[in-house]
Order: sequence, then C-alpha cells, then structure tokens
Amino acid sequence: MKTPMLSRRALLKGSLAVGAGLTIGFQLPVGRGRAPLAQPAPGVFAPNQWLSIDRDGLVTVTNSVPEMGQGSLTTTTIIIADELDADWNKIRVNQAPADPKRYANPITGSQSYGGSRGVRDHMEMWRKSAAAAREMLKQAAANEWGVNVDSVDTEPGVVVHRATGRKLAYGQLVDRAQALPVPQNPTLKTPDKFRYIGKNLHRLDTPDKVTGRGIYGMDVQVPGMLVASIERPPVVSGGKVQSFDATAAKAIPGVKHVVQVTNGIAVVADRFSAAVAGRRALKVTWDLGPMAQVSSAQISAEYVALSKQSGQVARKDGDAEQALGAGGRTLEAAYEVPFLEHACMEPMNATAQVMPDACVVWAPTQNPGGSQATAAKITGLPIDKVTVNTTLLGGGFGRRGEIDFIVDAVETAKAVGVPVKLMWTREDDIQHGFYRPATYNVFRAALDGSGMPTAWSHRIVGPGILAQKGRMPANTTVDPAAVAGARDLPYDIPNLQVEWLNKDFGVPLGFWRSVGSSQNAFITESFIDELAHLAGKDPFEYRRALLGKSPRHTAVLELAAAQANWGSPVPAGRGRGIAVAFSYGSYAAHVIEASVAPDGAVRVHRVVCAIDCGIAVNPDQVKAQMEGGAVYALTAALYGQITVDKGSVQQSNFHNYPMMRINEMPVIETHILDSGAAPGGLGEPGVPPVAPALCNAIFALTGKRIRTLPIRTDELKRA
Amino acid sequence: MITLVVNGKQQRLDVSPDVPLLWVIREDLRLTGTKYSCGMALCGACTVHLDGTPIRSCVTPISAAVGKKVTTIEGLSPQATHPVQRAWQELDVPQCGFCQSGQIMSAAALLTQKASPTDADIDAAMAGNICRCGTYQRIRAAIHRAAALKKGGAR
Repeated sequence: MKTPMLSRRALLKGSLAVGAGLTIGFQLPVGRGRAPLAQPAPGVFAPNQWLSIDRDGLVTVTNSVPEMGQGSLTTTTIIIADELDADWNKIRVNQAPADPKRYANPITGSQSYGGSRGVRDHMEMWRKSAAAAREMLKQAAANEWGVNVDSVDTEPGVVVHRATGRKLAYGQLVDRAQALPVPQNPTLKTPDKFRYIGKNLHRLDTPDKVTGRGIYGMDVQVPGMLVASIERPPVVSGGKVQSFDATAAKAIPGVKHVVQVTNGIAVVADRFSAAVAGRRALKVTWDLGPMAQVSSAQISAEYVALSKQSGQVARKDGDAEQALGAGGRTLEAAYEVPFLEHACMEPMNATAQVMPDACVVWAPTQNPGGSQATAAKITGLPIDKVTVNTTLLGGGFGRRGEIDFIVDAVETAKAVGVPVKLMWTREDDIQHGFYRPATYNVFRAALDGSGMPTAWSHRIVGPGILAQKGRMPANTTVDPAAVAGARDLPYDIPNLQVEWLNKDFGVPLGFWRSVGSSQNAFITESFIDELAHLAGKDPFEYRRALLGKSPRHTAVLELAAAQANWGSPVPAGRGRGIAVAFSYGSYAAHVIEASVAPDGAVRVHRVVCAIDCGIAVNPDQVKAQMEGGAVYALTAALYGQITVDKGSVQQSNFHNYPMMRINEMPVIETHILDSGAAPGGLGEPGVPPVAPALCNAIFALTGKRIRTLPIRTDELKRA
Repeated sequence: MITLVVNGKQQRLDVSPDVPLLWVIREDLRLTGTKYSCGMALCGACTVHLDGTPIRSCVTPISAAVGKKVTTIEGLSPQATHPVQRAWQELDVPQCGFCQSGQIMSAAALLTQKASPTDADIDAAMAGNICRCGTYQRIRAAIHRAAALKKGGAR
C-alpha cells in the first residue's frame, strides 16, 4: 500500500511556486535579495539551507538535484522528512537555485548532477541537516515544558513528552527552535526507526505531470519574451559562419532580429514557427572545417587498423600475453558499438534575460552551477548577479549536463536586449548532440583444461569523453570514462589486461546514461558468455564460479537467475540470456527472454532484473528506474546508431533514430536486494547488463553471436 | 480571424492559417501542457483531441481546427479526476513526465472508443506515443486500471 498523496491544501498553502500545488519554486527575481535563509523571516525555523518550517507547521524542503524523471523531488523530501519526523501531509518542496556555496554536491563540490549521484552523495548530509532540526525542535519543546530533552520524542510533526503525553506541534516551536544553536553532530535514526525510507511513497510531482501544470524549460513565459532558434552548421562540430544574408529571413512576418552567435545564426521572432521559417530563409556560407572530411566508415576502418597496436595499460594482473601463448584453447573476437544520442523528449532549450546589472536564466539543466558560471562569463557580470532557475527537465540522461544551450540563450538574449526563449528543433537535438563514444574492441582469452579462463586481454580503441573535454583526472592518461565497466571486470582471472587506445575524430562526446559501462558491459558480458559456451558450461554457473571475490555481483546474479527460473525449460521459441554489472555504486543483473522472427525481427518478452542499490529509499521508484533503464538500453541495442557522413550526422528525427514503443515492450520484473550497504545510484545502473543479456539470449536461441550494435535483423534472418 | 473552441472556451485568433495548432495552443493560448518534441507526428507528445479524436497538433494547421472543438490536457477534467489521470497517479506512471500529456490524451481517447481495451488495443492506440523514460509497462497497467475506474462509476 502506498501512503496517501499530499493534500492539495498542504501543497497550495503559502506556495510561491508557479502554478498550483507542488511545482518548482523559482527564486524570486533578481534585485529582491537572495539571503532569505541567512536572515529568516520571523516565524520561520530555518536551521540550514535544506529545510524550513513555518508557524503552521508546513515544512519546505529545498531539493538541489534537478528533477529529470528520476524522482529527486520526492526522494530528497523523503530522506529529509524521515530524519525530521515530518508529517508527510505538511510538506512541500522547492527546487534550489544555482548557488554552489549553499547547494553544491558535498562529494563533487559542484552544482552539476550526473553519475546517479543524487541519493548516494547527499543522503548523509541531508539526514544530518534534518536530524539537527529535529534535535532543535526537541530541545525547544523540552525548554517549554521545563523537562530534560531525553524525556521527549517525536512523532510526525510533533514533539511528545513521554511521561505525560503532552504534545507540541513543530509549528508551535519554530520561534523557540530558531533561537537555539544548530547541533553539529546530531544523532541519526537507526534504520529500524525509518518512517518513510523504504516505503512506497507516491511521487510528489505526479499531480502536476498528469494535468499539464508542470513547468519544463520549454514552458517558461517571461513578459516581453521573444522566441529564437539557431541555424547551425551542417557539420557536427567545428563549423563556422563565413558569411550570411538575412534579408529574406527578416522579411518573414514575425521575425524581429537575426544575430550571429557562437553556435550559428539566431533568428529571433515573436513565435517559434516564425523563427524556424526565418532559419529556412537564411542564406549562410559555412566554413565546415576539418570535420567535413570525417565519415563513420573511415572511423571504423581506422579503429580496426589501430587495434593492431598496443594501447595504454588500464589494468594489468599477471601476464596475459604469456598466458595466451602458453597453449590451450584460445578465443579472439572483435566488438563494435556506435555513437549514440540521448534523445531527451524535450529538445534542448533555455530562456534568458540579460539586463545591465543582472541576468536571469530559466533552464531544464542538470548543471545549474555550470549554467550560472557560463552566463556570468558571457555577460561579464559577477556570479552573484546571475540567477539560474532550474525547471523540470523533459529527460536528462547526461545530455543536460552540457551548457551549449545555455550559451545559445544567453548570447542571443544579450544581443537583442529582451528576454529570449531559445529553442532547438528535434533535428538540431539529434544532429548537434554530445554522443556516447563509438568504440572498437578486440578480445583474446585462453582457457585452462577445465574451461576456466587463464587469460583475458581487452583492447579498446576509441575516444575518451573526459580526454576530449580536457577534464582528465590528475596522474593518469587513461580516461576513466572510456574504461569503466571494462577495467573493473569482476571475474577472477589470473592474467588480465585492459588497454585503451585513444582515437578521437572530433565527434563531440558526452555522458550517455551509464557512460562507459553502457558499452563496456555489453562487450565484456557478451565475451564472457562466449567463453562459457566455448567451455561448454552454463553461462550463469560460469560467471558464478568466477565471482568468488565479488559477493555483491554474485548475490544479484543469483537473485535474477532464481527469479527467472534459470535452468528451467525456456518457453518455446525463446532464448534466455544473463548478464551482471556494477556501475555507479550499484549492482544489477538481468535475465532476458527473447525470440527472433523468421525475418530476423527481435522480440523481447521478459526482463527479470535484480538490483542491489544498498538502501532503497523509495522501492517503487527503484523499480521505475529499472524499467526505464531497460527500455533505454533495449532501444539502443535494437535501434541506436548515430552515423556521420562528411561531418554531418545522418539521423535527424524519430523516423531514422527510432525509439522503442509500447507495442515492443516486454514485461519487466524488478527484484530489490536489500544489502543494507551505503546507497548506490539508480538512474544508470539499470542500463549496462540489458544489451548483453539480450544478445546472450539471441545467441542461446539462434547460435548467432552479436558483436556489433545495434542488432542487425538481416543477419538474424532465417532463409 | 480564426475561431475555434478550446477546452470549452470560444477563441478568436489573428494567426496565419498555416501555423500548427500546437503553437497556437502553446504560444497564443499559453496552454503549455501540450508539448513539442518532434514536429513530425512521430512521437505523440503534442496529442490533443479534435472533436474527440486524438490528433498530432504539431502537424495540424490551425486552419484544420476552425470551428472545431479542441481539448488539451488542461481541459480533460477540471480537477484532474479523469479516470486516466487518477490511474496515472495511482501507479505513478510519469518519470520526467514530458510525454505524459500526450500519453494521457491518447489513452483517454482509447477509453471512449473501447471501454475494456485489450493489450492489443493498447498497443494499437498508444504506439504513436514515445516515452523516452520507458514508462510503457505502467502506461499499460494504468490504462487497464482506468478502464476499471471508469466502469466503477468514476466521475
């Protein structure tokens, strides 16, 4: 059973937010001051930046993690409400403005969100913040009653004196509590005292998302605002405007301005359709730059050629080369994965207003801190004169950690002097993305007499995201994002080598849901399956035998296998495959049942997922993330491919960059393994094992090993 | 001057007849619950009802809506009590939520056609609506639930 939804009254009460009920509470306009917490209003208890309580007992939580679908508005609130012992029906949540000094992730130190870091990086800090507030409320009540603080407890929204049963509501205590010192080391609840954590609570944002009231970036309205769209170079990167003629564009009714900006020519109009028509009427001569020479066929060919060379060593256990040459059965295989685009349902956009002494940005961004810094740089304003309001995000998946669309909006608004909503088309979005890197991989392995691997050599050829962005960590030249999920292979193999050859053709790279693990789990979990089959062993038992040093991998693998009845007869016409992976602090294993039609079309019937994310704060939403991760991964495995020809991305919209649809949807069963460990991530860990589990199922059924994604149905066709 | 009825309200608009209905809804009427995502009728995020039939408003010129009744997500029910909206809340269907206005409008239209849709009916009616967060399993369950709610005398 779920708890009741928030009452509308509680939500509406005192809301400064846009719309009704729970919505994103935007920061007050610039110029009104931004220190409400440093000097809280009378009658408000605000012990820290994460929560406040008013005299009516309404708790306001400030969530710093952008809501991109993962449920951060709800999860953050659950964590704080639990430790505060708040009444779930008297809580609202606001989205934090950009202000890294107050709201930065305590682990990364920045207000940029990716890597499934919401709960795992913040939970302890939020719990301490709420626990401090609860101790202060208890002390305030104890003082009021003249009793020892040890004699009082809390129940949702009230402090109770155990001996007499007297009660004081939190709202009655705000003035006294506000006057008390904030404890620095408050005692946290033991897990058995959790009231909300671990229960299935409804998402707080659902009401606004079923009524159209939720405000996404695209929905922002600012008085006097114009709408802009940018004509971008035909090449995916490095293109520049040589010259342009805006005469015809300016003649389009509704077009107000045409201005050159860093990423192309912005057409600013009174409505979107006019801006798009203006783009079409532009005459632009582009300097295409070196990218015009680049094509996917060439990238693949050069990867293959390079794979003959050795790369930088990312991991070396024992001596794989020697073991490979020592005789016994060996296997070689090459795997290739394509560039992928995120395809958020909400195309990139941002709204900006640039004034002489201040700048305001409204954006669906995973990176409020970076957006603020970017706007400050473009406008020349001090950082504290730049306000960034994070709206709801229509998908994130890593794409919205980039700041290109912020640059677009702020530059355009600065150029035209009025507020501008800068919108991308779907085509802009797919053709000017930051892509999951395409890589080519060569494996070599040797098996001993019993079929167990004695050597594993994995050579990855491809670019590195951090290397391209100039964000490599100190003391290494191996990009961690390129080797994640490969370097940390969990299998106990005595001679193991992972190498990386950095080859970057300049296609812009980005963090795509589960990043390196998204492809490296496919590659490694397919190849280990090849070894199991070569050894004539059951793929589940083979993995299990090699996971002796990885108990959490073993546990999710066993749980998925048990729930899927691994070893039982597979339903007629289906194959069954398995895979396991660690990523972003969590362990996931999947068993997939799939069939292949005579024309080669793949049908996924059933996905059984086991997930160990440590503490499951909201189990129903853990399941939601596993469901979403599986669909994201299946879409990529079945369809996902971005190709480049003469520097241009050849895909443009959902007809040639297809998404999985409801009629293709398998049944997804998620089983949560409560390991009691520290919280792990959830947005990403449900992705990596899916593609290999599917391809292993197809192999089990057809005997055809898929080593290149996306799956080619023509190669699975039966004559 | 173009006239149409949106969510029960007569609207007179001075817009070019070729402007897509989506942008009239979003930019002129400021009803932003209906979303732009593909602009080519490929994803269904812009789905509204035109005289009760679900259409993709991103490729429907406003001229095609003249004199007709348009219902958007904001007009589906005054208090979010439509069985589809209630079922969506019960099952917490939305994740990012961006596609959900379109999903809900497609689902509501399906239930007016078929009181007890089968899985095949759902596939046929909903395959035009993409959800990148992958909420399809919950959408399917919520449509079955909404059908039950509707039969149960829901308001």
